[in-house]
Amino acid sequence: MAAFEIGDAVKIRAEHPLQPQPIHIRTPWYLRGKHGVIERRFGDFHNPEQLSVGKYDLPEVTLYWVRFTMDELWAGEGTYGPNDSIVVEIYEHWLEPDDKARRAA
Amino acid sequence: MTHDHDHDHDHDHHHGHDHDHPHDHGPFQPDIKEPTEEWEFLEIAMRELLIQKGIITAREVEDMLEEWDGKVPENGARVVARAWTDPAFKARLLADGNAGVQEMGMDVPGLKLVVLENTPKVHHTVVCTLCSCYPRTILGLPPLWYKSRAYRSRTVREPRAVLAEFGTQLPDSVEVRVVDSTADCRYLVLPMRPDGTDGWNEEQLARLATRDSMIGTAVALNPDGVRG
Repeated sequence: MAAFEIGDAVKIRAEHPLQPQPIHIRTPWYLRGKHGVIERRFGDFHNPEQLSVGKYDLPEVTLYWVRFTMDELWAGEGTYGPNDSIVVEIYEHWLEPDDKARRAA
Repeated sequence: MTHDHDHDHDHDHHHGHDHDHPHDHGPFQPDIKEPTEEWEFLEIAMRELLIQKGIITAREVEDMLEEWDGKVPENGARVVARAWTDPAFKARLLADGNAGVQEMGMDVPGLKLVVLENTPKVHHTVVCTLCSCYPRTILGLPPLWYKSRAYRSRTVREPRAVLAEFGTQLPDSVEVRVVDSTADCRYLVLPMRPDGTDGWNEEQLARLATRDSMIGTAVALNPDGVRG
């Protein structure tokens, strides 16, 4: 069910994609609304946000490695080098295509 | 049990369970402190209930504690040393971490082990900003600082400052790649093999692969046993 390819520009959803919003969330707050690039695909896993409330039978979701630049996350307000980066495991339901980057490309 | 909450301060204070009652203790070392926190009582109550109901035995709990005490970073160091000496093993380990460590009688059950190779161009550092995800079956229980709010919050924002506090200075030309462990993967950093170790065997090399070098807050030791 993977919707994204390696190299795709993506945006992390700013609002929680599931309603009601679960209390167990695996996407760190500092990434919400941020732009990144798909770096790697890990295959399909059960969504721990749903497992945590006893929903064991729902379909699996694809897990990706998303890479962010430090400037995208901290806009210079940090201690990092010009080439430094962050990669984070993000489940597919937290991702949307980054149309802005697609237009730019 | 130690506290791993609220360690987000730079100063070095203790968390208020010192023995401040009036009588003299004399020369004896204090015993392990009695439980006082709500979560400690909750754990005791849960454990006693499970034992009373026959779901687990006290022996099983102790066996599990003993088993976990036997999981130490030296296991990860053996994996690193083999990867340094056996290119075919290294290729298999990087392609599939679980299969690689299974060759050495280890595993990371139920999770995907991803081995991150440090090179002259990329230095990986692992953090779990949400909690304390860590390859426990390979490296043992995580150090307390790994679970501290200071490490978790600062590593993603000021990785170079955090690395410097671990004595790790890297040139700007190196990409410091912070890996935030949030989900179903666990990470083992494969540090660079130190120069001057030609001809060393796995056992000798394993002594250079420290815990911190496999988390990525440090590089491996140099052949003299100190930081390169």
